[in-house]
Amino acid sequence: MAHHESSYQPGTAVEKWLDDRLPLIRWSKEHLMDFPTPKNLNYWWTFGAVLAVMLVVQIVTGIVLAMHYTPHVAMAFDSVEHIRRDVNGGRIIQATHAVGASMFFAAVYVHIFRGLYFGSYKAPREILWILGVLIFILMMATAFMGYVLPWGQMSFWAAQVITSIFAAIPIVGEPILQLLRGGFTVDNATLNRFFSLHYLLPFVIAAVVALHIWALHVPGNNNPVGVDVKSSRDTVPFHPYYTMKDLFWIVVWFIPFAWFVFFAPDLLGHADNYIMANSQVTPAHIVPEWYFLPFYAILRAIDFNLLFIDSKLLGVIFFGGSILILFFLPWLDTSKVRSGNFRPIFKWFYWLFVVNFVMLAYLGAASADASVLGITVADFSKICTAYYFLYFLVVLPVLGRIETPKPLPSSISEAVLTKPKAVSGADPAMSTNAH
Amino acid sequence: MIKIKTIVGAILVSVAVAAGPVSAAEAHIEIAKEPWTFAGIFGTYDKNQLQRGFQVFRETCASCHSARLIAFRNLSEPGGPEFSEDQVKALAATYEIVDPDTESGVRPAVAADRWPLPFATEQDARDANGGSLPPDLSVMAKARGTSQPFPWWILNYVTPYAEGGPDYIHALLVGYEETPPEGFELPEGKYYNRVFPGHSIGMPPPLADGLVTYEAGENGETVPETLDQYSRDVSAFMMWMAEPHLVARKEAGFQVMAFLFLFAVLLYLVKRKLWAKIEH
Repeated sequence: MAHHESSYQPGTAVEKWLDDRLPLIRWSKEHLMDFPTPKNLNYWWTFGAVLAVMLVVQIVTGIVLAMHYTPHVAMAFDSVEHIRRDVNGGRIIQATHAVGASMFFAAVYVHIFRGLYFGSYKAPREILWILGVLIFILMMATAFMGYVLPWGQMSFWAAQVITSIFAAIPIVGEPILQLLRGGFTVDNATLNRFFSLHYLLPFVIAAVVALHIWALHVPGNNNPVGVDVKSSRDTVPFHPYYTMKDLFWIVVWFIPFAWFVFFAPDLLGHADNYIMANSQVTPAHIVPEWYFLPFYAILRAIDFNLLFIDSKLLGVIFFGGSILILFFLPWLDTSKVRSGNFRPIFKWFYWLFVVNFVMLAYLGAASADASVLGITVADFSKICTAYYFLYFLVVLPVLGRIETPKPLPSSISEAVLTKPKAVSGADPAMSTNAH
Repeated sequence: MIKIKTIVGAILVSVAVAAGPVSAAEAHIEIAKEPWTFAGIFGTYDKNQLQRGFQVFRETCASCHSARLIAFRNLSEPGGPEFSEDQVKALAATYEIVDPDTESGVRPAVAADRWPLPFATEQDARDANGGSLPPDLSVMAKARGTSQPFPWWILNYVTPYAEGGPDYIHALLVGYEETPPEGFELPEGKYYNRVFPGHSIGMPPPLADGLVTYEAGENGETVPETLDQYSRDVSAFMMWMAEPHLVARKEAGFQVMAFLFLFAVLLYLVKRKLWAKIEH
């Protein structure tokens, strides 16, 4: 698909002149308009576009916030309040940025789980997937450092807890901790370097996103049936078909986004972050933002020593491993069939994985001494952590060898033609969710 | 079949989003949701209530608590207590501001000044309050909250419930008990409160029936001078201090929502027309 002929003909002498020197218009026409895209993509595939827009929203609002924010321990908290109270439009911009982080992560989780179900990480899209995981990690680092900037109680204690994770690493842990904090404690130096990095990393993300899209445009999109594009009958040009569909869904996505921004901007945050940071007072519950909860639950689940490894280091190994394992996913899944629709056994394990992930999020927020369904949070977390890793290390490698997939359609067009007709009156696009 | 899974997936994702602040799994203290005028998406402040709340704040709270983010001018801004500008100027003039640039070191406050601090230093504040530091009240209404047991907090995202702060403050102000329950060890100089974490609070009961004298409203309407009423009024006022532009924010929200819904419908129609010719 990357090797399609360009239909671009320079229309004027100026365009011709530019095309011979910097074929920017040709490139745009090929990649932003004509790019052949499978015609059977469902709405789960719109989240790439949603994410691109969310990144732009965060960068634009963030740049404006940085014009009014003061990265100093004595002034940071009040400067954020100053933005909310006295800066023109500040309360909307600040709320958009804060809620935007949540909406960004919500979209990225949908995007990742779509990839997991439809096997979008499989050959020839391994690099595409790996770049995606890299973006996810960069997003987490950026979001964490951004959360520290308002310098409330949760900001401060999140910085305290998360930086101390690195101290568990043998030998290099202590120097890394001091490098991150800019000293022995979380203080002004920490706030300053987090502000600096929080401003830098989004542009690094944007660069990796460019690579991610480049890597997408070499093999082209995966699709719900997971068979390769065979002919031009399987595809439609990206514009106007997917530009309009994506735009529609972006606007739909903005509805819950606006709901929170305008009607409940603090609902996704913690009340404790409206108390200015105080190193002398520890909040009753230090809880990360919701988007970190599953991984936080894994970190907390490890409360036992293993051989010579103490529980703290082991927790860090599992915590880091839970994310790093995603890099190896293309080689852990041995099934040649991409789409989960054609994998009858995989489906069950996949949905259990989804439920398990949501459960981890719940456990990450629960206090350690509580219990769920008669099982203590500590034990439940261990069970869920175990399944998280088993899914990648056992289920996916083994399933590919023992599972008999359903017969695949020979092409996307065939899959489209043989699928059950949509009930008349129902939106045809809504029912493209599979088959 | 896949459609059902799609729906299940969507629900799970929304639950994952909602699973956020379930942080409060601590010993559960039931705090009632009060009927605030500013609750919900249609809520606005009751100007008269904010004026009464300000009176309670000024006559009682402000003698120990600061409100460093509030300026006198805020009191006359739209969407708030909406005192007249002359009233605010006159009010400000009754306060003194420390200003090293003046000859005497102090000058009368003007509308642009922040609310003066009751104590010069933190140590002074502690000395005057039995070792406890009365916290600043500027954003107090957002720095406290309530918790609902699973699964009811999920509803908070829909209603949306953003009044946990004033609910807590009201419950705290009416939550004092003269004698602690049997077996509760109350430290010297502390007071027992039902809703305060740990129940032992440094602040003496700040309000009591008849403590503040309300003027009758313009239409001769009176409100009861009771502890419960004072608590409601001052909680509402504290919500305003924490979120002075709440009304404008919600009004903008309606315009944005209306636009987004309309735009989404139009885009959907465009998309459907476009795709009608494509078998997909």
